Amino acid sequence: MNKNANIQNDLTMLDPIFERYAGQFGSLITILQEAQDIYGYLPDDVLACIAEHTGNSPAHVRGVATFYTQFRFTPAGKYLIQLCKGTACHVNGAERLATSLRELLGIGDGETTEDGLFSLNFVACLGCCSLSPVIMINGEAYGSMTPAKLSVLIADIKAKELQN
Amino acid sequence: MKIVIGQGSCGLAAGAGKVFDAVSEELKKLNSDIVPGVVGCIGMCYLEPIVDIYDDNGALHRLVCVKPTDAPSIAAALCGDLDAVKSLEISPEDSSFLEKQYRIALRNCGIIDPCSIDAYISVGGYSSITKILSSMTPEAVIDEIKTSGLAGRGGAGFPTWFKWNAARQSVSDHKYMICNADEGDPGAFMDRAVIESDPHSLIEGMLIGAYAIGAEEMIVYVRAEYPLAVIRLKEAIKQARERGYLGKNILGSSFSCDMRIKMGAGAFVCGEETALIESLEGNRGMPRLKPPFPAQSGYKSEPSNINNVETFANIAWIIQNGGEKFAALGTPDSRGTKVFALTGKIKRGGLVEVPMGMTLRDVIFDIGGGLRDGREFKAVQLGGPSGGCIPASLIDTVIDYKKLGATGAIMGSGGMVVMDEGTCMVGMAKFFLDFTAKESCGKCVHCRIGTKRMQEILTRIVEGNGREGDIDLLLELCTAIKDGALCGLGQTAPNPVLTTIKYFRDEYEAHINDKKCPAHECAALLTYKIDADKCRGCTLCAKNCPVEAINGQLKAAHTIDTEKCIRCGQCVKLCKFGAISIE
Repeated sequence: MNKNANIQNDLTMLDPIFERYAGQFGSLITILQEAQDIYGYLPDDVLACIAEHTGNSPAHVRGVATFYTQFRFTPAGKYLIQLCKGTACHVNGAERLATSLRELLGIGDGETTEDGLFSLNFVACLGCCSLSPVIMINGEAYGSMTPAKLSVLIADIKAKELQN
Repeated sequence: MKIVIGQGSCGLAAGAGKVFDAVSEELKKLNSDIVPGVVGCIGMCYLEPIVDIYDDNGALHRLVCVKPTDAPSIAAALCGDLDAVKSLEISPEDSSFLEKQYRIALRNCGIIDPCSIDAYISVGGYSSITKILSSMTPEAVIDEIKTSGLAGRGGAGFPTWFKWNAARQSVSDHKYMICNADEGDPGAFMDRAVIESDPHSLIEGMLIGAYAIGAEEMIVYVRAEYPLAVIRLKEAIKQARERGYLGKNILGSSFSCDMRIKMGAGAFVCGEETALIESLEGNRGMPRLKPPFPAQSGYKSEPSNINNVETFANIAWIIQNGGEKFAALGTPDSRGTKVFALTGKIKRGGLVEVPMGMTLRDVIFDIGGGLRDGREFKAVQLGGPSGGCIPASLIDTVIDYKKLGATGAIMGSGGMVVMDEGTCMVGMAKFFLDFTAKESCGKCVHCRIGTKRMQEILTRIVEGNGREGDIDLLLELCTAIKDGALCGLGQTAPNPVLTTIKYFRDEYEAHINDKKCPAHECAALLTYKIDADKCRGCTLCAKNCPVEAINGQLKAAHTIDTEKCIRCGQCVKLCKFGAISIE
């Protein structure tokens, strides 16, 4: 059970989704994706509500959600850092970046920093192979990364957040 | 004067969006009525952002590695002063990147505006569907594809006509034409490039297939990690519907067919066709037993046909130019062309499309320009987690399904990752097993547990804890997983290990017996040493060592405490006298 299990979410926000996909075959994954777009992750009560409305068992819904890497069960940090672990990035030094990120942020793959600022995700391939190694921060790609460039980038974000 | 700016994902990541904005702004300042156009990816990713200017004579001036600060020169060029951009023009050497290719699947990529159906029509688009609806039976279409010899480009290389024919033969009122755009192979991105750069060619290719098998519904299963591809495909579908290429009674014929997109949610195994169907149905993407094959019982238990994006991108060209023209390219076993994503330690990385029958050397050295920084070529990885590493001694292997298969690698979806002497092959095998162990869906015991055990053994080898007999144990597990797994993921998961043991067994032995990594990549196996004769005692390394592992007096030779050393390599980079070596 995650630490956010007790948070009460406004489940009425799911109603338009249930309406749109009512009775539509094979729509469970799409419903989960749209629910995650609303809440930023899939809290327990949202999963339970989806099970109830789609006529699936809670076990089936959770089983499907946990199968796919896109779904999160804890809130994401303000800055989502995706480190590409594709083959081209691996050959060009992604592992060194992974070590740096672990050191700089104190978190590993799939974790979020205590202050809720950063989440770290290792992803299969971002498809920018010629710019490898690549990281993506909130959808923006940074190519030809080195541990040194990375620490500047993280320090800049932290400084910006301190100002605010 | 006309200007277009390449805006595929690669280009945008390199800053093409900022260049586009800067050029637009500059043109506005000059009150110019020229509006920059958008094109997709030309495949020369290493030169992005790329700006193409067509002068009044229609001649192309290709500008490469453009920065937003180049906008004033570009605007000046558009006002007639082409000399202003001379320094940005592509070199003749880089131009040769395209000259040695033969582009069919990528024929429009980087050339037409992906967001405009008129641009697609102006280069002959939708003429193939018009032709078959007015003059060809479904059987004649399948025959034409048979003549072409086209085989599935997603990896397995199964003849496309055979799958279509099987689905055609299945009797049902509801059949489905499905496109596998779940490009999960890390290191391959041609499907993304096709959808982003030429989405209408995918729609037309699928339509022709749907007509051939008798389907009225088409589904594209696309990776969630490809947001731009989804946006462009959605727009293309909308345009095709407006023009009557999708929907009821297409072009006035009795053929009706529509298309929708389904977003994947991140699972490599969903590239396997029966797992993809499970995912389409809203379930965990776990492969089904075959038979029944999807052609008999697929999506919703109805006859379904699944091909990958690149396969579909060839279809309209084949109908337009004839199957024989396609079959004339390549080798007797492998017809036509294949797209490769050339990456790794290569000088000129990007997407290349070449006729089958070229050698790996042609692609890597003639087109790719060889290795970066004058490094030595060691191996090329083909086929991703299902493929293998081909060593330098086999660089003259011909690109052909059978010939590549004979090396232990596979053609795969076309990822071609080039490695130099600094890449550890045991580390490479571990990298792929980390991937497959994580992506195994867990249905088959051999794959679920076998890949995990292989990953553990490889991990202990690269950490210096390899045991005698580990190589044999790995080989035994490889055989067991190949025999015991249901789907392609499991059956091919051992390939990266098998090929690296086959061609680089000495590297495994060096790790296990001598506790050395010949490529100097596995940190745990490296020893840093200072050559007392070369060391001048400048103290720079000692001052910068993060763990204070270097000792010595000023102007006296220093030493490294190997117990304390964390092998970060900082000292090697700093030493001005080349006194520190790695063993």
